[in-house]
Amino acid sequence: MQRILLAALSSALISTAAFASEVAPDGVAFGEDGQVTASLTGVAGDPVAGKLAFVGRKLGNCLACHINDDATAESFHGEVGPPLNGVAGRWDTAQLRGIVVNSKMTFEDTIMPAFYHEGGERILEKFVGTTILTAQQVEDIVAYLQTLKEE
Amino acid sequence: MKRLIKTLTCTVAALVATTAVYAGEDAVLMINEEITIPTTAPAPEGSPLTELLSGWKFRSGETQALQMDDFDNPSFIFIDKARDQWVKVDGTEGKSCASCHEDVESFKGLRTELPRWNETKGKMYAMENYINDCRTERMGAEAWKWSKGNMTGMTSLISLQSRGLPVAVKTDGPASTAYELGKKLYYTRVGQLDMACSNCHEDNYGVMIRADHLSQGQINGFPTYRLKNAKINSVQARFKGCMKNIRAEPFKEGSEEFTALELYVASRGNGLAVESPAVRN
Ligand code: HEC
Ligand code: HEC
Repeated sequence: MQRILLAALSSALISTAAFASEVAPDGVAFGEDGQVTASLTGVAGDPVAGKLAFVGRKLGNCLACHINDDATAESFHGEVGPPLNGVAGRWDTAQLRGIVVNSKMTFEDTIMPAFYHEGGERILEKFVGTTILTAQQVEDIVAYLQTLKEE
Repeated sequence: MKRLIKTLTCTVAALVATTAVYAGEDAVLMINEEITIPTTAPAPEGSPLTELLSGWKFRSGETQALQMDDFDNPSFIFIDKARDQWVKVDGTEGKSCASCHEDVESFKGLRTELPRWNETKGKMYAMENYINDCRTERMGAEAWKWSKGNMTGMTSLISLQSRGLPVAVKTDGPASTAYELGKKLYYTRVGQLDMACSNCHEDNYGVMIRADHLSQGQINGFPTYRLKNAKINSVQARFKGCMKNIRAEPFKEGSEEFTALELYVASRGNGLAVESPAVRN
């Protein structure tokens, strides 16, 4: 029951996400290095919501692959990708947005999933036509990543 | 309490992971204090891997230990049931497995060769296919579901007869089409997460992915008891799980694709000792 509600809720989110001001997954403009300059929603990202989307196992689940010392309350940080400590000092906003939207535009053939992208082979039926994260969740995560500065 | 144990295990695994590449890297797999099973093997010719490593090496000490004593290994509850099933008459022909095969020990070595080309049927056969042919064509009994308990118990009992022998599937001749298909599937990115088997099990084994220590995804331990679902898991059910995790539509158990993938993955482990029935988390 909870699952159904959740599914209904998330598909509602995805469908209402089609605000006029929102960039559709296939409409994202990437720069030469994979950066995305324009906000996907025009609404400033919320770093607090961003952290929740970052750690959420059904959302970004970024800890599956990245160590992040800002999220030590969560156990089990994976090591597939580089640690994200101080990541704000290595990449600017546009580049971070590009990496979260579709990291393959920045890192060729990377294992990191594209979080705001539709399409691919043999997608599980219930995820067809959806993106892993909503446009606003991407903006929130980008805002959160910008808080990860080296002390 | 269970949670605590789990957390502890994983902390240990994480600690080990930072100092050594694999948890229990130097641990030796000795079963019932008498049979030593090698958990590494030289990579076969043309292998993309430098050395073959059993999935056992990547598990925590606690999980490893469960496989070191047949009394602790939960698979044996199901294997005992399969021994009863072995002699049980079922179907219209009044036969049991034992009517035709006598002792299950006669299947020593079979696990190491499967899947293989079945000339009579003109297709690749996994152990499950052979079992179901016996049931439907020779016993007049109903086919078993690919990953249900009666089937996984029986495949475990039969695989146990090959414990310690090196995997040696054939990939040439009539099996080559399936081998090529399996290889293609192994390297094809699928699902919303857009990953291939190789992304995790070839490019990243030895690394933690959240709480899991990535192994080479070898199948020498299958059928495998998993603590996670407290039952014996078929190879193809495991493939299904990995595909669902990357949000990919899995192939059907027993499909041409999954049996081809099973052959290909088995061939990546040619030379590794059969560990069935293994225990994994
Ligand atoms: C399945 C693994 C995986 C997941 C999940 C994942 N990443 Fe990554 N990420 C990588 C890898 C690997 C790299 C390094 C790029 C490369 O060489 O492929 C990377 C690179 C990055 C970088 C650049 C880091 C640097 O220091 O250069 C950022 C930022 C990043 N990821 C953020 C995220 C965020 C945010 C999420 C979740 C929304 C996430 N990643 C989820 C694997 C992953
Ligand atoms: C997102 C990463 C990921 C992908 C992609 C993936 N797996 Fe896995 N797989 C895992 C994890 C995590 C485990 C459990 C730990 C381990 O043994 O690696 C696992 C376990 C396995 C096992 C059990 C190994 C053992 O010793 O018990 C097999 C076999 C396997 N995978 C095969 C595959 C195949 C075939 C594919 C492609 C269809 C695949 N995997 C895709 C992450 C992945």
